[in-house]
Amino acid sequence: MVANLGFFALLLALGCALYAAVMAPLGAYRHRPAWLASAHQAALLTWPLVTLASLLLITLLVTNQFQVEYVYLVTSRAMPTYLKVTALWGGQAGSLLFWSWLMATFTGAALLRKWDRDRALMPVAIVVMMVTLGFFIGLVVFFENPFARLWTLPATATQDASTIISFLQPAGALALIPPDGNGLNPLLRHPGMIIHPPMLYTGFVSFVVPYAFAMAALVTRRTDDEWIRTTRRWTLVGWLFLSLGLILGGRWAYDVLGWGGYWGWDPVENAAFMPWLTATAFLHSVMIQEKRGMLKKWNMVLIILTYSLVIFGTFLTRSGVLSSVHAFAQSAIGPAFFIFIGLTFVASLLLLFRAWDHLGSDHHLDSLLSRESAFLLNNLLFMCIAATVFWGTVFPMLSELITNQTITVGPPWYNRVIGPQFAALVLLMGIAPMVAWRQASARQLGRLLWWPFAAALLVVVGLVIAGMRSWGALLGFGITAFVTLTTLLEFVRGTLARMKTTGENPLTALITLIARNRRRYGGYTIHLAVIIMTIGIIGSHFFQVETQGQLKPGEQLSLGRYVITYDGLAEFLTPDDRQVARATVSVYRDGVYVGQLHPRRDFYLASGEPMTIPGVRSTIEDDVYVLLVSWEPVAASGASFKIYVNPLINWIWSGGFLFILGTLIAAWPDASELRRRVTTTVAAAPGRAFSGD
Amino acid sequence: MAQTTVGTQVFAPRSGGRTKFLIGGLLIIGAVIFLAATSLNSLGQYFYTVDEIMAKGEALIGKNLRASGAVIGDSITYDPKTLIISFIVANVSNDNADVEAAGGLAKVLHLAVTDPNATRLRVIYIGAKPDLLKDEAQAIVTGKLGADGVFYADELLLKCPTRYEEAPPVQAGN
Repeated sequence: MVANLGFFALLLALGCALYAAVMAPLGAYRHRPAWLASAHQAALLTWPLVTLASLLLITLLVTNQFQVEYVYLVTSRAMPTYLKVTALWGGQAGSLLFWSWLMATFTGAALLRKWDRDRALMPVAIVVMMVTLGFFIGLVVFFENPFARLWTLPATATQDASTIISFLQPAGALALIPPDGNGLNPLLRHPGMIIHPPMLYTGFVSFVVPYAFAMAALVTRRTDDEWIRTTRRWTLVGWLFLSLGLILGGRWAYDVLGWGGYWGWDPVENAAFMPWLTATAFLHSVMIQEKRGMLKKWNMVLIILTYSLVIFGTFLTRSGVLSSVHAFAQSAIGPAFFIFIGLTFVASLLLLFRAWDHLGSDHHLDSLLSRESAFLLNNLLFMCIAATVFWGTVFPMLSELITNQTITVGPPWYNRVIGPQFAALVLLMGIAPMVAWRQASARQLGRLLWWPFAAALLVVVGLVIAGMRSWGALLGFGITAFVTLTTLLEFVRGTLARMKTTGENPLTALITLIARNRRRYGGYTIHLAVIIMTIGIIGSHFFQVETQGQLKPGEQLSLGRYVITYDGLAEFLTPDDRQVARATVSVYRDGVYVGQLHPRRDFYLASGEPMTIPGVRSTIEDDVYVLLVSWEPVAASGASFKIYVNPLINWIWSGGFLFILGTLIAAWPDASELRRRVTTTVAAAPGRAFSGD
Repeated sequence: MAQTTVGTQVFAPRSGGRTKFLIGGLLIIGAVIFLAATSLNSLGQYFYTVDEIMAKGEALIGKNLRASGAVIGDSITYDPKTLIISFIVANVSNDNADVEAAGGLAKVLHLAVTDPNATRLRVIYIGAKPDLLKDEAQAIVTGKLGADGVFYADELLLKCPTRYEEAPPVQAGN
């Protein structure tokens, strides 16, 4: 009953989305405001319908309705209720429904907020959002129905009994109600994994809004900056969630996957990283469009790419194409995705070419040494990194398709190719804010930059004297030192200028400086966060050390400044059906006892899956990361451990917090901005009455 | 900003400026492509089945390889002092469609281990012995083929077919 209702709500939502997608352009074309309003209402109605469907699926999950296949696959009786709720995005069909719900939420919010303000852009924006939403609901309805049930067909003279998965009861079949479900994949029970997908999906879906308005601007030839201004905050919020999703994903991998790292250039990670790269390029290059009226075509290309990569990312993670291109051919949703990406990409480009002449630049590039060129170089580097990641991700599939010989590239390839590009980008981040618009003078730039450069050289010399010999790390730390100083210099220069003109004390001056120029100093705060994370990346990449060994109780293993001794191991069964082996080791640093760690192995009896949970001692200087690899049932014969020391890795997570703070500063509405908006709305309202459209 | 006054001094003719930007951009793109291509040669990993490795033999020595096979339980040896693990894997198809057609991964692994005619490859890996390394597990190894015909693995991934794929749901007792 509940399942029927949920499926019915989805069908209605699909109907509403399609109706809105047809009526909106028809209403605009035939000049029937009532039709357009009706399309708007229908589009808004998708949200309560998809919400209802999601709530009903959650009800099924929480109440152990194992006859529903999805519930059987992702939950079990032993799971606590909150995990049953999060199982909504623990499997394929539920993820797609959840994706659709987030998408409906974002489009609903955008349609409510922008209806009065950007009426001219509305018809096309509705089409784009509703076609995208309709596609995802369609996937859920036709290919991955989370409300499908299990049936059993009794044995006959010619055939054995068989299990059927179908929404409707097949002829002659009986309901199959398993006593218990499989349970959520243990890897997905970690808090990081519970919030990571919603973050990532939110980031993904929120880019549909700027894309929809960009397409509307192309169709209506309103190719000024209106679409960028009206979607700026949506883009920033989407970008924030995408960034959060990436950081949390890294943290989850570090805590749960037990290989001592946080980023493995796995195709699933790359799928989320690529739209982040193009979106970051977009966030930078819109500044030139707003300031100088340049790069209008390029910004369109960037938002189209970001949207396509968002859909491509969902496709990569959801279609099974990653395990093998042949598996992809078998899954029904793969080709559907492929066609959708192809169609929307080609359609977007056609629209772009149609409006090409309307997207001319107001200004030309004046000089190689100018802020504009710096932004261009920034965009080029982001695109090169995105292209590198894309190539590395699709190359194994291409090579398998074309030559039938799979060639994969792993982290060493990515690190070698992307490392230099990333270093160049960080260096540019330190120089670009100092470069003047239009045309900068090399001499003036030199005057600003010589002493941060000299100080960075001193840092490098200091590190060499301290014994560091890896030239990659020296170069990296040199660049980060330089960029830290130039970025801080921006804050200092602004604060000093304020103190001189207003006579404020330094702290007030700094706070008002940031509060009055939120976009600019929010951006610089993000730059500082990137530097802090870069220090963490350099430290953990170049100086990670590891060792492993089998220890009897009382024996020890040393690594760097650390020694661990094996104290003992306990095996026990938990109430939620886990067989746990929990080791106790003591950690000594420079011979001083600093505490105990408990690396463990949880074996989930229901699903038969093991999970290795490291014992980690975390400080700002380094992490000791101990894994229990194996043990003998008779504790006397010992256990095997693998130990990593990850220097500076905590800088990555702390930088993440500052990163979020900076994005919030940049996205927070200014008082002056609010005033401006009020006046433009008032001014626009009478104009619309006379314009006659 | 004070610098805007510098704009009167013409730094470069406009058409020439554009070429400069193009050349600069192409140089950067060219450098990235060059780096990506040369790194692919030295760092790309070739995915082969045990059958293919045995057939090509010496031609593969020194290349970065990735291979998957079914672990034969009796062949596993492990020295806890030196951490040297040695075991033999039997050929399995790396094509998911074939695996599905043959009745799923667990069945394919079982058949590979019990088939005396399946091609086999010895693997040596140094590290603590993972408890997933057991009979009829799927091993995915990355490393190089030695002149002695032994696969020296730098990385060892193990997969055990889960119950999830195995057992169809059963009816609640009624």
